[in-house]
Amino acid sequence: MAAGFAQWGNDLYTGRRSYDIVGRRRLWFTISAVLVVLSGILLVKPGLNPGIEFRGGSEFVVSGITDRSQQLAIDTVQSIAPDEAPKVSDLGANSLRIQTSELDRAESEEVAAALADAFQVAPNQVTTQFIGPTWGADVSQKAITGIVVFLLFVTVVMTLYFRNWRFALAALIALFHDLLITVGVYAAVGWEVTPSTVIGFLTILGYSIYDTVVVFDKVRENTADVLDQSRHTYAERANLAVNQTLVRSINTSVVALLPVGAILFVGAFVLGAGTLRDISLALFVGMLVGTFSSIFLATPLEVWLREREPKVAAHTAKVLRARRSSGEEGAPVLAHAATVGATVPGSHQGTAAQPRRRRTKR
Amino acid sequence: MLLGIVLTVFGSVFVGTKVSNASWTPGLALDLEGGTQLILTPVSSAGTPTSEDINQAISVIRQRVDASGVSEAEISRQGQRNIVVSLPGTPSQETLDLVRKSSQMDFRPVLAVDVGSPAPEPTATPTDSPTDTPTEEATPEPSASASATADGSVAGTVPGATTPTPEPSPSASSGAQSPSDAAYYLTPEVQQQFEDLDCSAEGALAGGEPGAADKAFVTCDTDGVYKYALGPIEIPGTQIDSATSGLQVLPNGGVGTEWVVNIKFTNAGTTTFAKTTERLLAQQPPQNQFAMVLDGLVISAPQVNTVIPNGQAEISGDFTQATAATLAQQLNFGSLPLTFQVESEQRVSATLGSEQLQAGLVAGLIGLVLVVIYSFLQYRALAILTVGSLVVAGVLTYGVIALLSWTQGYRLSLPGVAGLIIAIGITADSFIVYFERIRDELRDGRTLPAAVERGWDRARRTILASDAVNLLAAVVLYALSVGGVRGFAFTLGLTTVIDVIVVFLFTHPMMEIIARTRFWGGGHPLSGLDPRRLGAPERTRYVGRGKVVTGPRSTAGPEDAVEDEPVTDRKVPTPVGTGGMTIAERRAAERAAARRADAPTDAPQTTEGND
Repeated sequence: MAAGFAQWGNDLYTGRRSYDIVGRRRLWFTISAVLVVLSGILLVKPGLNPGIEFRGGSEFVVSGITDRSQQLAIDTVQSIAPDEAPKVSDLGANSLRIQTSELDRAESEEVAAALADAFQVAPNQVTTQFIGPTWGADVSQKAITGIVVFLLFVTVVMTLYFRNWRFALAALIALFHDLLITVGVYAAVGWEVTPSTVIGFLTILGYSIYDTVVVFDKVRENTADVLDQSRHTYAERANLAVNQTLVRSINTSVVALLPVGAILFVGAFVLGAGTLRDISLALFVGMLVGTFSSIFLATPLEVWLREREPKVAAHTAKVLRARRSSGEEGAPVLAHAATVGATVPGSHQGTAAQPRRRRTKR
Repeated sequence: MLLGIVLTVFGSVFVGTKVSNASWTPGLALDLEGGTQLILTPVSSAGTPTSEDINQAISVIRQRVDASGVSEAEISRQGQRNIVVSLPGTPSQETLDLVRKSSQMDFRPVLAVDVGSPAPEPTATPTDSPTDTPTEEATPEPSASASATADGSVAGTVPGATTPTPEPSPSASSGAQSPSDAAYYLTPEVQQQFEDLDCSAEGALAGGEPGAADKAFVTCDTDGVYKYALGPIEIPGTQIDSATSGLQVLPNGGVGTEWVVNIKFTNAGTTTFAKTTERLLAQQPPQNQFAMVLDGLVISAPQVNTVIPNGQAEISGDFTQATAATLAQQLNFGSLPLTFQVESEQRVSATLGSEQLQAGLVAGLIGLVLVVIYSFLQYRALAILTVGSLVVAGVLTYGVIALLSWTQGYRLSLPGVAGLIIAIGITADSFIVYFERIRDELRDGRTLPAAVERGWDRARRTILASDAVNLLAAVVLYALSVGGVRGFAFTLGLTTVIDVIVVFLFTHPMMEIIARTRFWGGGHPLSGLDPRRLGAPERTRYVGRGKVVTGPRSTAGPEDAVEDEPVTDRKVPTPVGTGGMTIAERRAAERAAARRADAPTDAPQTTEGND
């Protein structure tokens, strides 16, 4: 398998095999748009399920129990606070989590003691937590400030690094795309949104940009002197860059996803609801979407923006015109793009590359 | 260099374990170790607490917690207005109540003063101490008048220390003549309480209990040096308008050299304070002092030297700039009656914490193993370098966290652990970026050492750019975040920095070294750097002993040329020299390509043709 993959990577690099990613941008844009709209709908219809940190309330976790009867927990809570409707969920192999609305101190002490009693565990096996209703609002406000500040910084840094704002804009659009879809998936799964989830969302910001930077770096390298030659258009060079980084993108994504997947697995199946599960789902989806967008969305977008630049547009037109006039009309455009950046001495460049004899009529 | 960093980190932790309380295992946060965490927001009915008020509130809470005998409590500020109190283990109910109690400041008249605790050696009489206790002078503005001595020297000058002479007067039952009426307020019980009070006892300095407003109140000062019997509240802290510290303004309008604290009272406070000073002026020491009681503890007890009718008092004494500023801050803080609103209270049982930690570590291990397996599949023997680099990064991270846990009191939380695990992937990413770059160069036909050099040149830029983005994200997250986000952002940022260090100081130098070995440099099929597998163009080359070999493979060579076993006769697999295909070869290659195009292929084909 690895051999095949390596060969595939070689072919992609040399251009022997090439996927027209930039050329089919309509398709990718449509897919992305559909996903974004779907996420938007999911955000409205089932909506996000706010965790206790955002609702406010009391939470008890009874650990080290043998009998995981949810009814017992509900009855115990109601014996102290009769009009409570506690939400009970499993947590790990031997723990139960019970969430209620806000209980006052005395009540929550009582409930904790009663739970310990009912489940026959030591009182210190019961974890209690009380969260005021404004706490979550505080966290989300901080998160939004964080996002805004981060985006500003990233725009500046990327504009400086790539010396072109179009890279930054394309990366930012890809970023919003990633974020929205991740939040949408979270809404669809229906897990509670806790501050840990918010952490996950915020980390996606960094990861999505990271992924895009790796691809853009190659794009920039390949297209650095695109205007000084007339064999390839900007789009073709950019497409070669995406193809060349494809293997790298896949490898980095897989390697980044493996640990996250491990946490997600352990979090979801062993621990149950909690910090690890919340962070890792957000990250897992975000990284997956981030990889997709860095390849299929960011670069085509960047090319699309670039082609609006008069200089690039003129160059593209010139290249295509030259190609047509050299009698290769209808010839596979990508056959031109499908060469490695550095030409190998001795390899044939096609008859078009040969010096032409001037025909003089006598 | 890298060895130096590692040795420095571990050396300092080692020294820490010897001379201090550093430990080889990093400290764990509450959610992993178990304990109680309170998140409090100071709320005031009279205006928004300023940043300074919150710092004051933190020191008030710290005073309470430290004095109540809870060890290793952590009180920190989070974000703009939250105070996080972390108490390890299961603190008692009283401690928890104490922490959440609202804090207030009052002015009370002093009825009696004594040394805070029974002096162990009789020589340590307060008379020896005036040098280090401030002698405060309350000089009203603008007309200077009189001197006041604060707690320290007062007690020293008073003969016999226990001045209050409880003259049981018959009028006691008929009501107090004034708040300074010692005879009325110093009942035998209060007297007894006062004598029993030992300010060095545990919990005595916890404060938090403001005392009944209309009764006598017995308490210590914040250092526990003196104890006071105080009259009822005369001026509540809310009647302070503001307090500032600065250099004394002399009567002639010049600026003196002494640091003073200026208090401005509100209208109501001005009237009361005028009356109080008028009455106290006539009293005998120590009853001519009034005590500023913050959170149930006396912060200062200046003596009154004149009547202050205009509500602007000046406290002078042996202040330094810092002590004057502190007192002014405390007074300002006192002017806002703060209550602490509990935003979140979390009690984690130790078993749940360790369960979470264990699960987190298992997850990390699974992730690590998967990453290693994948690296071996992709990079063959080169994965050894990945694993080595990961190990170095892991060791370094562990050392730094242990070091920070000792010097900065850093505690590893569950989100922090998650950050570390995710960092495995992100760290391995930069190795992949590097390796892929080298492979790209190999595909272009460079020899390994040349490929490493060029690949590094380009990969370095990419790695730095993407790590910069990661670091930026971590810093922004850290600076603006609350709660668990912080721990996560911290480990993420830390590992990003360590990633850069490791790539620059370990992975790249090692790569250069192994590029010279026969196994890697020679492009062994299992080395992960085999140029043939990477599709590097084979060229006519000299293989020694007068033999020239033309490789049958080329950029458009026969398919399935990627076999693991090297074709015999290729003793020097690294392509050297230049040269292209012959015409015949090219035609053969074209035929082969045509054949291949006709045959159904397994992999997705190129999208040629119209785009």
